[in-house]
Amino acid sequence: MRSVWALAATAALSLLTISTATLAAEPKQGGILRMYHRDSPGNASIHEGATYSLNVPFMPVFNNLVIYKQDVAQNSMDSIVPELAESWAWVNGNKTLTFKLRQGVKWHDGKPFTSADVKCTFDMLMGKAQQKFRQNPRKSWYDQVSDISTNGESEVSFNLKRPQPSLLALLASGYTPVYPCHVSPAEMRTHPIGTGPFKFVEFKANESIKLTRNPDYWRKGRPYLDGIELTIIPNRSTAILAFVAGKFDMTFPTEVTIPLVRDVKQQAPNAICEIAPTNVSTNIIVNSSSPPFDNVDIRRAMAMALDRKAFISIMFEGQGDIGGTMLPPPNGLWGMPKEMLETIPGYGPDVKANREEAKKLMQKAGYGPDKHLAVKVSTRNIPIYRDPAVILIDQLKTIYIDGEVDVVETANWFPKVARKDYMIGLNLTGNAVDDPDQSFYENYSCGSERNYTNYCNKEIEKLFDVQSQETNIEKRKKLVWDIDKKLQEDVARPIVFHSRMGSCWQPYVKGLTVMTNSSYNGYRYEDVWLDK
Amino acid sequence: MFAYLVRRLFLMLVTLFGISIVIFFLLRIVPGNIVDILFAAAGYVDPADKANLEKELGIDRPLIVQYWHWISGFLRGDFGYSYVSEKPALQEILPRIPITARLAGLALLFSASIGIPLGVISAVKQGTKLDYALRVVSLSGLSLPSFWLGLLILTASVAMFGQMPIFNPNPQTWLEAFATYAVPAAAVGFRSAALTMRITRSSMLEVLRQDYIRTARAKGASEATVNYQHALKNAILPVITVIGIEAAFLIGGLIVTETVFNIPGVARYLVEAIRWRDYPIVQNLVMFIAVVVVFANFTVDMLYAVFDPRIRYTD
Repeated sequence: MRSVWALAATAALSLLTISTATLAAEPKQGGILRMYHRDSPGNASIHEGATYSLNVPFMPVFNNLVIYKQDVAQNSMDSIVPELAESWAWVNGNKTLTFKLRQGVKWHDGKPFTSADVKCTFDMLMGKAQQKFRQNPRKSWYDQVSDISTNGESEVSFNLKRPQPSLLALLASGYTPVYPCHVSPAEMRTHPIGTGPFKFVEFKANESIKLTRNPDYWRKGRPYLDGIELTIIPNRSTAILAFVAGKFDMTFPTEVTIPLVRDVKQQAPNAICEIAPTNVSTNIIVNSSSPPFDNVDIRRAMAMALDRKAFISIMFEGQGDIGGTMLPPPNGLWGMPKEMLETIPGYGPDVKANREEAKKLMQKAGYGPDKHLAVKVSTRNIPIYRDPAVILIDQLKTIYIDGEVDVVETANWFPKVARKDYMIGLNLTGNAVDDPDQSFYENYSCGSERNYTNYCNKEIEKLFDVQSQETNIEKRKKLVWDIDKKLQEDVARPIVFHSRMGSCWQPYVKGLTVMTNSSYNGYRYEDVWLDK
Repeated sequence: MFAYLVRRLFLMLVTLFGISIVIFFLLRIVPGNIVDILFAAAGYVDPADKANLEKELGIDRPLIVQYWHWISGFLRGDFGYSYVSEKPALQEILPRIPITARLAGLALLFSASIGIPLGVISAVKQGTKLDYALRVVSLSGLSLPSFWLGLLILTASVAMFGQMPIFNPNPQTWLEAFATYAVPAAAVGFRSAALTMRITRSSMLEVLRQDYIRTARAKGASEATVNYQHALKNAILPVITVIGIEAAFLIGGLIVTETVFNIPGVARYLVEAIRWRDYPIVQNLVMFIAVVVVFANFTVDMLYAVFDPRIRYTD
């Protein structure tokens, strides 16, 4: 009898716990989410920028046609959901992507959203509209789109030159909001108008950005927050101290270094911190158009001398990923499996043996213990660039290469790289979408503006097109692995490591998901709420 | 005196004209412009887009045309538009000036109100334990970099009180407004106070050995009268010079304090504008600082005559 009572009591207690937990998990309306911003974005127009410093504050102002589901950490085709579109369909042999648009959606200034706005946005992105963006860094994303056609106010079609299944992935990025037709690009840079869960209030350069709840948001019951306020604090120490002191509800996303995450946890034990890959690779750009790096042996030797684990240990306390161009699994969808990666020269676990091979290649090229090769390693004057450049120089010493850091101000970095005024460069490449089309075409296709090294291999380029048209994911994956392997073997742009960074927030911040294969797509914030 | 004033004012105008040329051309010598930076940030360059943008901003025109456009606008009160925010430069600059002015003013007040009395005490009590203690304090003030002191204050505030004295843009009470500026002003004013204290001390020591001080004492004047009415009045000239220089320095030299305490003032904005090569902002802000410095020097010169009747500005 006693055991029956005990059982009943346990059951009642469990029920109570479950119901309390359910109650606790019920989202609450209201409150302002306060976070700091790492720097002052140049403007407020997502389409004209190429940094997530823009996406974080302004993504909540907009909607896309489709979006990566905001509560799923890993972006994939399966996690794409409709947003301004209600549904989509591939027709015409996968050469037309048609969207049925949501009805009754209004821009923040009260005007109705229609298919004309979609056409306007993408015509401008393709450079076909009369109005132009001052800068259009992702124009190449739409190279395969021949035109955009509308069918009434609620249907729009992307007509392609050839099938490109991953167009949907590009459209789901935080970099692909729909802009209003009736607002000029210049106005969008200073006062963005969107259809999103939050309305733009003000942007004071170097001071703050304020957003307020959109009461007419088409998704009923969202957003939960009354607003979002970002205080611009470029000094990292001040920003972290302010978070620890409770001045902010969360840090700037994926911006807290691994040692700082440890500090935060020590000083604010209740804070929740997550460390995730950013899909930003640190890589080496080699000027192969002039001696000595026109010699492929020297390029190979350099790639083989890399001790990638050492980079990750020194810079990220061991929390980083070794891979090729594509972010490695399990967080990355398209990265080569470890077994395949280790077959690439320089990726094998025996660093000493790799370096012996590298030394032989250097000797073949005429260098040795008595004749070292002097090089300048150019890099931007920012710690995340400078620090690995110093480690690289140390590692190159082991194969008779004496390096010297050539620190370049940001203003001069890209012009310098574009005019090939460097020998070796230490570079960072961020990928907005974990998809091979974005990475391969942007960084490795012949003539691409972001192909800094001018690597051009027509055979590989054909393979880019083959993988791009492949609809079977598993088949495409294998093609992508082969391409990535070949790119590393060609020393097109040796990848050193893929970084990880931390995000921290106070325990009362709920509904936040840190994406694990891109740091550009997870800032709609309509599901975020404050449990206080 | 009037002729001197006119001459000084004319010299000030010539100086400011020279400064405008230096600012304008130095800024153009620095490699890269706003367009390079925008495209570097975007990681690509399209020559046509680049040319369009340069044309839109007017930086494709000959330098002399650009200079004339700026300086004539400046004289008319048209400061142009920020390249970055695309807002009128004046609209960007004006709200930041009171912030820095308050901070600099409070720091100067801190500096003078602490530095001068302690300098006098240190000189009067020369060779005593108090003098040694005050000299240690002043030396540490000069040795501690203000960014380090600022960070130390922030860290200590968080560790001890769980509070963070960073800038509050919307203080609700007078006390809150004062608190917003007081801590950073103390951080930056500590160095300034130390300098003022040392100058006051050395100047006072020199004056206290003069014959007329001995005469004042012989006449039975109290120590306070001797020190503050006779000695300090004559020792104050170098102190005024230092405070004048500090005032000019503080307007543009608060970058570290403004960064550490996240104060959206002139200095931090200037550095950010230089980083972006935002010419209209940099040119107009530096001109503003130059005007402040030139006027501070002018004021110091005028104060000399007020404090020392022996100084008369005649032709």
